[in-house]
Amino acid sequence: MDFADSPEEAAFRRRLRTWLTENNPGLPASSTSDEYWDGQAPWHQALYDAGFFALSWPEEIGGQGLPSVYEAIVDEELASAGAPPRPSLGYLVQGILRHGDDDVRRRFLPGIVNGRDRWCQGFSEPDAGSDLASLRTRAERRGDEYVISGHKVWTSYSDSAAWCLVLARTDQEAPKHRGLSAFAVPMDQPGIEQRPLKMINGITREFGEVVFDGAVARAADMIGKPGEGWRLAMTVVSHEREPGELGYVARYGKAVNELVERLRAEPERFSTENVRDVAWAIVEAEMLRLHVCRRLSDRLDGVSHGPEGSVDKLLMTAVEQAVGHAALGVSERTAGTKEDTWLKMYLYSRAQSVMGGTSQIQRNLVATRILGLPAS
Amino acid sequence: MDVRLSSEQQALRDAAARLVDDLGPKSVAELDDAARAAKLDTALDATGWRELRTPADGNRPLASAVEAAIVAEELGRGLADTSFLGPTLAAELRRLASAAPASVPETVLLTPDLSGLAVTADARCSGTAIDVRGITSALALAETDGGHDLVAVPVYGTSPGRDLTRPAAAVDGPPAERPPGARSPLTEADIEGWTAFAVSLTCADLVGAMRGAVQLACSYAGIRQQYGTTIGSFQSVQHMLADAHVSVEGSRSIALHAAWAADTLPAGEALDAAAVAKAYCARAARTVCETAVQVHGGIGNTWECLAHVYLRRVLLSTQLLGDVGAHLDRVVARRKIGGVHGGLR
Repeated sequence: MDFADSPEEAAFRRRLRTWLTENNPGLPASSTSDEYWDGQAPWHQALYDAGFFALSWPEEIGGQGLPSVYEAIVDEELASAGAPPRPSLGYLVQGILRHGDDDVRRRFLPGIVNGRDRWCQGFSEPDAGSDLASLRTRAERRGDEYVISGHKVWTSYSDSAAWCLVLARTDQEAPKHRGLSAFAVPMDQPGIEQRPLKMINGITREFGEVVFDGAVARAADMIGKPGEGWRLAMTVVSHEREPGELGYVARYGKAVNELVERLRAEPERFSTENVRDVAWAIVEAEMLRLHVCRRLSDRLDGVSHGPEGSVDKLLMTAVEQAVGHAALGVSERTAGTKEDTWLKMYLYSRAQSVMGGTSQIQRNLVATRILGLPAS
Repeated sequence: MDVRLSSEQQALRDAAARLVDDLGPKSVAELDDAARAAKLDTALDATGWRELRTPADGNRPLASAVEAAIVAEELGRGLADTSFLGPTLAAELRRLASAAPASVPETVLLTPDLSGLAVTADARCSGTAIDVRGITSALALAETDGGHDLVAVPVYGTSPGRDLTRPAAAVDGPPAERPPGARSPLTEADIEGWTAFAVSLTCADLVGAMRGAVQLACSYAGIRQQYGTTIGSFQSVQHMLADAHVSVEGSRSIALHAAWAADTLPAGEALDAAAVAKAYCARAARTVCETAVQVHGGIGNTWECLAHVYLRRVLLSTQLLGDVGAHLDRVVARRKIGGVHGGLR
């Protein structure tokens, strides 16, 4: 049991730290400014090209095949340098890796991993949120193609994506979980219209909604077999819940460091309550950093992704919202001079208990799958 | 980095779990079963786990703080009504002072609010000896040139406390004796390091007690019937228990790190790791045990239900070596964000 770096890990950490002194793009947090999204692709590519992204993914798809614990080192160093977090696409990669055939994996994964191809994920619909399996987007076979019609929402990065991983119903007769299939759909085509969703904090570039009206996907671009869509979706959402997969330790670490600096800069401005909120944000963020170390270490045994992801999602949510509350306190004492990024950070934090599966759903999963309580 | 327990550490955890599962109290009535408690005491003696922090080669402890935390967690989970924390902390003090091992069962003497080690003044030694079951002596600090010496004071009887499993004793007595063999006074760094270790053990106990409380409540939710079905099938009950489980998991990760840090990081950093962990674990533990009481409904508010025994153990472990506020203050002070207040006061 050792939290310390091995010699190899320490050398890696030093290289990354040195690289960051010259290559930190200094982007604002994704939760506070649309400007972040313009810089995301170049940041992803720079991180990848320098050998600091896709560390634990297989070499065949452009990864380095290293133990997952290296990701924890990356998150720590990004946070302490105040650099943007690593791109959160592990869930897409894992979904395609596990369910796609060799051809699909070879064609799509290297571009996702190296950051040259931008992707979004079309799962949720206006009437299919927590009850995802009730989704109504249809894909009908026509020769070598599928024709897709439906409405997707909460589609992250839809405005900049070249491809969308779409979950659609291919079998109207099958039970609702069985009739779904997944497709890689090119976004640049006449049958697709996407528009931004404006979030409560004013940002417009993270989420979009996408209307498919006779959009076309090649049959060869189905990910997995017909009817395998639900299983793929479960793989994707289970990874979407994991802070170790998302790299969010870096997000919170950076935000907490900024809050600490703010308090130190003008101590007379802040109340005991502000200080207390920031102290709790520090404690919560530190908990998540260490919890991710534990989870990523467990993967050295090859532990698969089970319902523990729901535990981690709830922990991550508590951290984001504690950081949000600390940011709100700072906002209240500093508002009025310039753009209120602290308020935006707070407002964005409310989405964390919804996106990637609501906290209510995560609690259901923890109660029934881990604690063994009977399904209600 | 590899924070999995080693196979030896897993074996230690399993052995500690077996010990309390066999001999720990299974009901409130069993707390009064002196024969059972004596068996638990004897069995723990036989394991040698109270001596984990005695010196082995050179002055290194026989076992790491992580191993001590593993035992503490299981004893907390099983509501072990035998002394472990006290003797372990006393042994650690003696090791740091290079003093000879204790010749009688020994604990530590804390200030009456239990927030730190008692320091003797003048010719009297007063404070609260913790975890005194089977204990006849307690170690306190005595100011001396260049630091603190250790002094041992006799402990008699017990005084009622909030925890039903680990009694304490008030001490207010004549001058005490210096343990033989102490080579040099304890420095501030020694005491910081000791505190980091001590706090990390209280965190481990909290994690264990929380786990035990969640298990107790889940078992009850699985058998208690209302409206013709088990209450564990109700979403409102499920969500409370799910939140409790999540708190335990977060606490476990942060407590494990504090234990590792106690032996590995410089004293100041180790104490910071302990402070962060204690604030998190203690806040979580009270809520988790309150949930356990709530899930038991009316029964949970009766003396006969074990839920309050967990809650009471958690309340004591929270108080020992600094509560939530004291540790949040440490977090604030170390990062210099207390501003004009200097802390949270």
